[in-house]
Amino acid sequence: MSTTHAPLAPAPRPAARRILSHGLYETRNVLRNGEQLLVSLILPLLVLFGAHRLELITSAATPSIDVITPGVLALAVMASAFTGQGIATGFERQYGVLAYLATTPLGATGLILGKAIAVLAVVIVQVVVIGTAGMVLGWSPEPVGLLWLGVVVVLGATAFTALGLLLAGTVRAEATLALTNVIWVLLGAAGGSVFPLDHEGAGALLLLLPSAALGEGLRTASLEGSFPILEALILAGWAALAVLAARRWFNWR
Amino acid sequence: MPQHPPCLTLRHVRYAVGSARSPQGLKEILRSVDLTARSGEVTVLLGPNGAGKTTTLSCAQGLLRPSQGSVTLLGENPFRAGAELRARVGVMLQDGGMPQSVQPRALLHHVASLHQNPWPVDDLVARLDMGDFLRTSIRRLSGGQKQRVALAASLLGRPEVVFLDEPTAGLDPQSRQTVFELIGELREMGMGIILTTHLLEEAQKLADSVFILKDGEVVRHGSVAELTGASGTGSGASPGAARRMLFTASRTLTHREISSAPVSIELDGGTDNAPGAAWMTPSLTGPAQLRELAAWWELIDMMPVEVRMEARTLEDVFWEVSVS
Repeated sequence: MSTTHAPLAPAPRPAARRILSHGLYETRNVLRNGEQLLVSLILPLLVLFGAHRLELITSAATPSIDVITPGVLALAVMASAFTGQGIATGFERQYGVLAYLATTPLGATGLILGKAIAVLAVVIVQVVVIGTAGMVLGWSPEPVGLLWLGVVVVLGATAFTALGLLLAGTVRAEATLALTNVIWVLLGAAGGSVFPLDHEGAGALLLLLPSAALGEGLRTASLEGSFPILEALILAGWAALAVLAARRWFNWR
Repeated sequence: MPQHPPCLTLRHVRYAVGSARSPQGLKEILRSVDLTARSGEVTVLLGPNGAGKTTTLSCAQGLLRPSQGSVTLLGENPFRAGAELRARVGVMLQDGGMPQSVQPRALLHHVASLHQNPWPVDDLVARLDMGDFLRTSIRRLSGGQKQRVALAASLLGRPEVVFLDEPTAGLDPQSRQTVFELIGELREMGMGIILTTHLLEEAQKLADSVFILKDGEVVRHGSVAELTGASGTGSGASPGAARRMLFTASRTLTHREISSAPVSIELDGGTDNAPGAAWMTPSLTGPAQLRELAAWWELIDMMPVEVRMEARTLEDVFWEVSVS
């Protein structure tokens, strides 16, 4: 070890650079992780193509590609923000990675903001890939609605990331792995994300689920070109609740 | 020689988990820990498993908030530490804290990117001989290789204080020597080093100051010389209990002779009670006991073949504390 470096004083990088650096580091880790890519991109693409084939075969009985594509986007956002981040964070907690990084200049806040950047980066990749695939299959969203779609995606990613972190910080990593996968499948199949829910009776109550709010919000934005106020409020409410709960119960070790 | 300034102070630190109202009740991990570590010195925490060493370090690092008492790390409360303080402190956790799917190279460069003036990664890689496994995922590394990665990560920011929780666990003798040499160099550079280890021989060579914990309390502390009684001072050391004495008997000793010895004697190293057997007195409290022993040899008409005085070791003190 060269002692010529000794006079340099220890100092942190500026906060923005630390957080950006951690965001890029996490993004690279996600995109290099085969299992995460499977859940975040490959499975949603399979659902998109599968539902489209179903539409071609049984035409009237299934929703059109204009309905399915925003639904699959919702499924993909849930996969990366909730399942992916939940599992990754759960195991990081188990291996002491969270505790270690909290002792570095990154700190706990930087760690969470870095993770948020990673989720957004992955979500952008998902929107581009799934959106392009949907358009190839015939998806034609309202141009102005794409802006609102972006806002709802960010809200949904925030809510589901907070929920994933809440789970990762409160139960064992193995339990997080099982729970996030089961919940993702349930919400994807029957939670109003991929396929629209009935807006009357008991179905209306299910619209309060974050998955339904995300799916409905994306469909409203892309089909009608308007901002889905109610769904956005529901997602913001889930995000606020999950953040508050995580602040209260999240364990770093 | 003037004392180095303190870099870490714990005062009456208590840490408990659970609640008095819960069925399991309140469990005290630390009952009262007072500790001072200084810059430019190696401070070693010793203690049996479950004594509270890692919890003490976690409170000192700001990872745990003490239930009572105060912690001052480089003049600040580490629990409320900002990035400025965290950049001045390096931490190597007992379980490493390493992400399993990442390669050491990516991790080290990432940690370096959090610091303004990081140590060149290549310097540390060469020093800790990590070149062969830099591109292997951490999951596939041996325990010793993981330890070296965690140690390098803790030093990347050129910290003023570094916490090393079992830095040599799982290392082969050569790597262990490398790590202890590195720690010696870091001390020479003025770094405050606080470490836990189970290697008492190395601790004795390296430590400027030792704190022995038991059941969540510091039961002994001081320099190695103070603890072993070599200086005749220090907390918990009997005044003058600096030596143990070994003598080689010229013949077999009878039970009556052994029980009539003026100080407790025991066979050293499991040798048999036979001519040439090595006998040991665990500690001598002063020259008067030497006179008494000489008188006893005269009484039983036995002239030792060899008499040797040895300083007590840290290991002797550690075992004394552990079994007490």
